[in-house]
Amino acid sequence: MSEPLIEVKDLKVQFNVRDGIIHAVDGATFTINRGQTLGIIGESGCGKSVTAKAILRMVPRPGKVTGGEILYHRRIKSNGSEITDIVNITELDPDGEEIRKIRGGEIGMIFQEPMSSLTPVYTAGSHIGEAVGLHRLVPIRKVGAQMVETIQAHRRISKQEAREIAIDMLRRVGIPKPEQRVDAYPHQLSGGQRQRVMIAIALSCEPKMLIADEPTTALDVSIEAQILDIMRELQETVDMAIMFITHNLGVVAEMAEEICVMYMGKIVERASAVEIFYEPQHPYTRALLKSIPHVGKKSRERLASIKGMVPDPFNLPSGCVFHPRCPEYMPGKCDRIVPSWTQVGENHWARCLLYEGV
Amino acid sequence: MAEQKVPETNKKRQISQSYWSLVWWKFKKNKLAIVGGILIILFYSICGLFAEFFAPYTLDYQSDYLEARPQPVVFKDEEGNFSLRPAVYGLEEKIDQTLRKRFYEVNRTKIYPIYFFVKAEPYKLLGFIPTDIHLFGTDPADPEAHVFLFGTDRLGRDLFSRIIYGGRLSLLIGLLGQILTFTLGMVMGAISGYYGGVTDVIVQRMTEFVGAFPDIPLFMALAAAIPVTWSPILVYFMLTLILVFIRWGGLARQVRGLILSLREREYVLAARSFGASDARLMFRHLLPGTLSHCIVIATLMIPGMILSETALSWLGLGLRPPLTSWGVLLQEVSSVRSIRFAPWLLTTVPFVLLAVLSFNMLGDGLRDAMDPYGGR
Repeated sequence: MSEPLIEVKDLKVQFNVRDGIIHAVDGATFTINRGQTLGIIGESGCGKSVTAKAILRMVPRPGKVTGGEILYHRRIKSNGSEITDIVNITELDPDGEEIRKIRGGEIGMIFQEPMSSLTPVYTAGSHIGEAVGLHRLVPIRKVGAQMVETIQAHRRISKQEAREIAIDMLRRVGIPKPEQRVDAYPHQLSGGQRQRVMIAIALSCEPKMLIADEPTTALDVSIEAQILDIMRELQETVDMAIMFITHNLGVVAEMAEEICVMYMGKIVERASAVEIFYEPQHPYTRALLKSIPHVGKKSRERLASIKGMVPDPFNLPSGCVFHPRCPEYMPGKCDRIVPSWTQVGENHWARCLLYEGV
Repeated sequence: MAEQKVPETNKKRQISQSYWSLVWWKFKKNKLAIVGGILIILFYSICGLFAEFFAPYTLDYQSDYLEARPQPVVFKDEEGNFSLRPAVYGLEEKIDQTLRKRFYEVNRTKIYPIYFFVKAEPYKLLGFIPTDIHLFGTDPADPEAHVFLFGTDRLGRDLFSRIIYGGRLSLLIGLLGQILTFTLGMVMGAISGYYGGVTDVIVQRMTEFVGAFPDIPLFMALAAAIPVTWSPILVYFMLTLILVFIRWGGLARQVRGLILSLREREYVLAARSFGASDARLMFRHLLPGTLSHCIVIATLMIPGMILSETALSWLGLGLRPPLTSWGVLLQEVSSVRSIRFAPWLLTTVPFVLLAVLSFNMLGDGLRDAMDPYGGR
């Protein structure tokens, strides 16, 4: 179960803009195991989405992966046995054939804005059909039909088959009357339905991993709950890893098994979901958790917020980037020494000088 | 049970209401655009497809009546009684002694009834169905009979037939040229807008370079480069290509602008994340979004194409006889003498005007209809 799927090692993404260089992701290291859900949380602009896009080699224009590696453990079937082949995604051509096979086919992604993620001129069905057609896989496998499966995997899917798959996928993501909705245009669907269609597209090729970049931010709470349920349900049936990016702590608590907390391009703490919420070690995580409003807690106090402002990305503070806002700031230490990645408990890591004994 | 079925079908119809059915629904409400559309269909079917059927004479027919005036159509028989069958009066040749010039007068004693679906000179319908039926004509048994609704030209050819045949080339150059311009402009615009950077600069400088040329001298140079020995049909295609070469830039710019804004949309990113290639993103996800805008521009550009051909041929730079186009017809009226003595040769002008106006009416209607979600 704890077999790694994606290993991100010391990933660095820089944006070379006119005013200088922005270190959007600065040495991110984490591993996603097969079938596991990893949550990534952090404020806006901390590098969550860029990390996700780097995995698919889709960092927008001035940005560039300048260091580190992303290792994708790909399972290949040959002669009846499974071999794990390690692909270094950072070395692939971002416009090449290889990465396009991975995109969608092996790693699917869903975006924040369901309203604008579907091409307005195509129906829901043709979107799903497109993804299926591009990767030429038959996603619905029949048990015990190994022979059929290998034949299907090597031929192009017909339009009729793609349509049937589309209808089936729509049914699986819980869209009512999928036979009719398959012909609906994006403007005829509600926000929740569009996000379901997005999930259906991403899942139609049975990817090994799903990157969900704030998939429920634009939806209202009841729809959000439904979408999360669908994702979890489907994850169980197809054994897929999820990288769940959000700034909603409640959502991540519900979804993720392991959580990474990011701040200014750096991962500052990593632990299991339970530990992050009950025993947060890094002062930033603690501050983040304090800023959640609690229902039923009567108090005249104002809601706690992290003091200070997010620092200017061109002019990062020396030492620990969090020190100007840190409630446990140690003068003379935090502003001089860059904290290193320290183990603070079993499977619990943090990047803070409090645990380094300096 | 029966009651439940009704909303079921209604709902189904509502779901299948695509963008284009909304466009059509809105387009139908614009009467002027409908008129324009019908006129264009008429023009293209009469002149383009079935010219031989609608024209009473074939293209190479020459009568003995040189520069004859149009014959008025009457609904009277020989005795002066009303009859449903239209007829034309015969023409009588006279000599004007002071001008030393031949001219024709209507001879009211001779009357030639017009018959419909007459058998006259044989031709091939649509290029392959051999037939000899024309929409109208005079009695084929009477060799004297003739019908020149718009008069004849200097060589005695029926102007009405020639306008119909001329429309074929003029209208087709508009359509064919516009299809080529459309394709070239869309592809170049998409490439320019999608890739940006150096590609964009190169394509944009190309459009500016082509656009910066003064039109007429460029036409003269290019037309002069067409060898005289080429067959008229080759010359025709060359002229189309020249027109396309000069006009694709405008559309390419518009498409580029639209693509620049569309490529930043989330759905492009989404399609990329499913593994779509650049070409797929450009032609399947981006270009359809610009299509409605481009169809309008293209429709509004067709009259310009037709007028260019007319102007060029009029200047003698475009099509040349024996090809017949509206420009060639007008070139024959380019002297004061013709206007003074054979003003009916200008009948071509209203046809050019009507064709151009219909395209503009259709284009305007399309422009309003293509945005079915916008109010107005």
